[in-house]
Amino acid sequence: MNANAITHAGLARRHRTQKLMWGVFGLSSLINMAALVLICGFLLIKGLPAISWSFLTEMPRDSMTAGGILPCILGTIYLSLGTMCVAFPLGVASAVYLNEYARPGRTLRLIRLGINNLAGVPSVVFGLFGLAFFVTFFGLGVSLLSGILTLSILVLPVIIGTAEEALKSVPQTYREASLGLGATKWQTIRLVVLPAAMPGMLTGAILGLSRVAGETAAIMFTAAVFFTPYLPTHLNDSVMALPYHIYVLATAGTDIDKTRPLQYGTALVLIILVLGMNLGAILYRAKLQKKR
Amino acid sequence: MALSRKAKDNLIRNLFFLTALSSIVALALIMVYLFVEGLPIFKVVSVTDFLFGHLWYPTSDPPAFGVFPLIMASLAVTALSSAIAIPLGVMTAIYLAEIASRKTRDIFKPIVELLAALPSVVIGFFGMVVVAPYLQETFDLATGLNLFNAAIMLAFMSVPTICSVSEDAIYSVPRELKEASLALGATHFETIAKVVLPASLSGISTAVMLGMSRAIGETMVVLMVAGGAAIIPTSIFSPVRPMPSSIAAEMAEAAFRGNHYHALFAIGIVLFLFTLAFNLVASHVAEKHKQVGAATL
Repeated sequence: MNANAITHAGLARRHRTQKLMWGVFGLSSLINMAALVLICGFLLIKGLPAISWSFLTEMPRDSMTAGGILPCILGTIYLSLGTMCVAFPLGVASAVYLNEYARPGRTLRLIRLGINNLAGVPSVVFGLFGLAFFVTFFGLGVSLLSGILTLSILVLPVIIGTAEEALKSVPQTYREASLGLGATKWQTIRLVVLPAAMPGMLTGAILGLSRVAGETAAIMFTAAVFFTPYLPTHLNDSVMALPYHIYVLATAGTDIDKTRPLQYGTALVLIILVLGMNLGAILYRAKLQKKR
Repeated sequence: MALSRKAKDNLIRNLFFLTALSSIVALALIMVYLFVEGLPIFKVVSVTDFLFGHLWYPTSDPPAFGVFPLIMASLAVTALSSAIAIPLGVMTAIYLAEIASRKTRDIFKPIVELLAALPSVVIGFFGMVVVAPYLQETFDLATGLNLFNAAIMLAFMSVPTICSVSEDAIYSVPRELKEASLALGATHFETIAKVVLPASLSGISTAVMLGMSRAIGETMVVLMVAGGAAIIPTSIFSPVRPMPSSIAAEMAEAAFRGNHYHALFAIGIVLFLFTLAFNLVASHVAEKHKQVGAATL
């Protein structure tokens, strides 16, 4: 007799299997949650004692074994905001072309292939490229500007992706109404489509911002340095940055064990910055979706 | 002279088109500059000696530029982390797409997104200060910074990718298929195992390829927790030096445009080609086996 035939015992067994598998699937989701809670909880407990007003607002002292992380915070903020100034307009314009102008065909496929593959390039390869192209070829040196340009390319696919989503969610009727009133395509995009898509695009910008703030490998040859005694004031200045600071203190600092509290504190500041931006974007998006 | 409305509109369209090309231009420039800075190393070593040489002593005299141990380390780390991440990511995706209630999903989805957002340097740091001592003590090892540690940490970096792409694939399985299976008397689990998963297999394969591409190119985690020994791994607890960590660790000490510098760019080429292959396969699978309604099964 077939094992799966519909007998009472067979049915009960099949439902037991299902219950068991539900447990396994649920468990795997819980493992993800546990990983996040574990990492954040650990850093919170270890890092909180290190954080104080002076930690956030002072320069490092005694060859980085004491003092604060102000230059790293500023460096990371300058890098992220600078990157957005370059990448956001480029990404939004690309998305507008892809979603509003492009017709299916070879060119569109090629552009999409380019974006997909750019998204897959490892960050250390972006670092190498930035070193060869911006730092060396353009002679920008290890500087804020080199870092911003490198990071802009790195984050471009993220911005394009989210901007396209936002454009897709603008109802077709908006465009038809505007065109029907005699507006040109550009007027329609500028006055109707973009304003309607802007909240979604800003969500994407925040996600991009957080991705850039946590990026390390792409800036280690292009913008970041172990230590600089000055706060960055110029695009030509090299900067300190939170992620790179963690890496340096944890692996190559003068006294790795002595600076542990500083490492925990820096890591906590970084994840609060990054996860805070993400959480904000997630909540904002949820609110947008509810409104729709 | 004012432009006519039509001319102005065309001009703007072309401007947008040019901007949209920036991604391709960037990708092309990346390739060009990797090759410009990487190819000179092949004046010193042959391509086969570079790829299959077993010794990586770039600063010795005479230096040895064999990246085989680095390639093997990258492949080993990627394979092991995929062995953890694929089941974890796919099962989480099934749970979120098929089983969880709306409320549970609203909690778990942001968690997966936040996991994806954790900076790699933080995950690497966690691996260094928590997982490494734990492994060292539990398994009585010389060092907790090894292949296994790196693989676990990388797994948690690729799970979100695998999970969200698979989830989309599972969602897009047409309802009719599931309903037909349920109507024939299959349980929900049997429907998932025998109908939903086979129907979304191409999407899941794409997810897996993207996850692996993320794992092989990830830098900070392997730089901080893989151990850094340029040897061919012999056990899952061997300290290793995958390609990205070699580049990141050695670039600072390599003389500008010296042999070592060129060799590191050449490793960059190898790494780039690996991820390019993963991504091309992923987009090929996604394109070729796109699920369009129930008819394509």
